[in-house]
Amino acid sequence: MAKTNEIKYLTAIKPEKRAKKFCRFKKYGIKYIDYKDAEFLKKFLNEQGKLLPRRITGNSLKYQRKVSDAVKKARQMALLPYVTDLLK
Amino acid sequence: MNNYELMVIFTPVLSEEDYKAAQKKYAEFVKDNGGTVLHENPWGLKSLAYPIQKKTTGLYWVLEYSALSDFNEKLKIQILRDETVLRFMATKLDKYAVEYNAKRRSGVPTGTEKVGA
Repeated sequence: MAKTNEIKYLTAIKPEKRAKKFCRFKKYGIKYIDYKDAEFLKKFLNEQGKLLPRRITGNSLKYQRKVSDAVKKARQMALLPYVTDLLK
Repeated sequence: MNNYELMVIFTPVLSEEDYKAAQKKYAEFVKDNGGTVLHENPWGLKSLAYPIQKKTTGLYWVLEYSALSDFNEKLKIQILRDETVLRFMATKLDKYAVEYNAKRRSGVPTGTEKVGA
């Protein structure tokens, strides 16, 4: 007996391909990360004000280090909170 | 000579004249020790991300200067004696930072705006 409930597609479905992550600093040629620009740094933080990992932001190691330095400076100068809820 | 950037948070109870006088005092102090002031930027009253000394706002002031490397130690002694300062930080600027600050001052896009769009 043949399987009656087997679904057949006319065109093969492609498995969804995610866009490759990239380091925005390398791509746009940003050389210096300003600790005074809190709004920009918030892109690299989660809702609790913690740093997002490289795995998610796609930053290269060199710039991830600079981001983390900038965020730490901004925290010291009370531009960003150390701990919070609902940052964004 | 190196380029530095000083950010100071003054207590919010300071009057307008005192705020100006304090800025002038430190700018003069840079000049007296053989440094040059490149740029001053008083941000004014800004709310803090967390309370410092039970205050929720502060008067921010950013100074860009170039000075000899032993100058920051002298500056630190002066600032620590000043009770109107809640917090301060001196940062050494590399050549990219100087470029970035100059661009930002003249209104040329620095690239960090583009990323947000």
